[in-house]
Amino acid sequence: MTNKVKFEFAAIPENAALARVVVAAFITPLDPSVGEISDIKTAVSEAVTNAIIHGYNGNGNGNETAVTISMHNVSRQIHIEVSDSGVGIENIASAMEPLFTTKPEMERSGLGFTVMESFMDTVEVTSRPNEGTTIKMVKQLAGER
Amino acid sequence: MQININGKVLFATLDGELDYHMAEKFRTQLDAAFEKSACRHILLDMSDVSFMDSSGIGMVIGRYKKAELRGGRLVLAGMSESLAKLYEMSGLSKIVSRAATNEAAISMLGGPLV
Repeated sequence: MTNKVKFEFAAIPENAALARVVVAAFITPLDPSVGEISDIKTAVSEAVTNAIIHGYNGNGNGNETAVTISMHNVSRQIHIEVSDSGVGIENIASAMEPLFTTKPEMERSGLGFTVMESFMDTVEVTSRPNEGTTIKMVKQLAGER
Repeated sequence: MQININGKVLFATLDGELDYHMAEKFRTQLDAAFEKSACRHILLDMSDVSFMDSSGIGMVIGRYKKAELRGGRLVLAGMSESLAKLYEMSGLSKIVSRAATNEAAISMLGGPLV
């Protein structure tokens, strides 16, 4: 079975929970393990949180900012794309280094990309200053249980 | 979240999903209670936390630093398997101890009256 969904939401912190629920609901029919659901929810949470607090600098406004998630599956392979139209990332390589953060005063751990890379099979980041960021992640679910 | 003072231990029961949004709320409440108290240690009961991401890790490290400034420690109790995975993966396990139960955590912190 192949399925797809695309949704857009205001870039406010409360919506990370909404994004996790939608993503979990999308993959549930594929009968993933509890660990696989948790890994995917965590990676999505990191990507969405980055979009909200870095892409839009935490100035989310329901009318002006949006995060978009597009998902599809190819059999048991899950493809998830999280995009924003925020400030973009100047140096992607630095941003992806473990413990790198531009906001230490906010107690950011600098682990967002490390978590995404650990919990998903592949993570690809495309970004341009002032044009936004897109994070593409793929995870292969284990065979039918 | 519930906060109790048990000797030198600030004992907080967290619940729900520990993401950026909730981490901000927990941080504010925990810091206010810790600053008012004479506690040295912080015990976070995580058994009702169903989800955590790196914002949660950042919040825990921040509270660990507050306890350390008073010569105390922070212990996490009752983490689920998925929380434990992030705890190990993030390296948090190198600086923050973990206990299976609140009782075990209290005794790691030297007992209720210390």
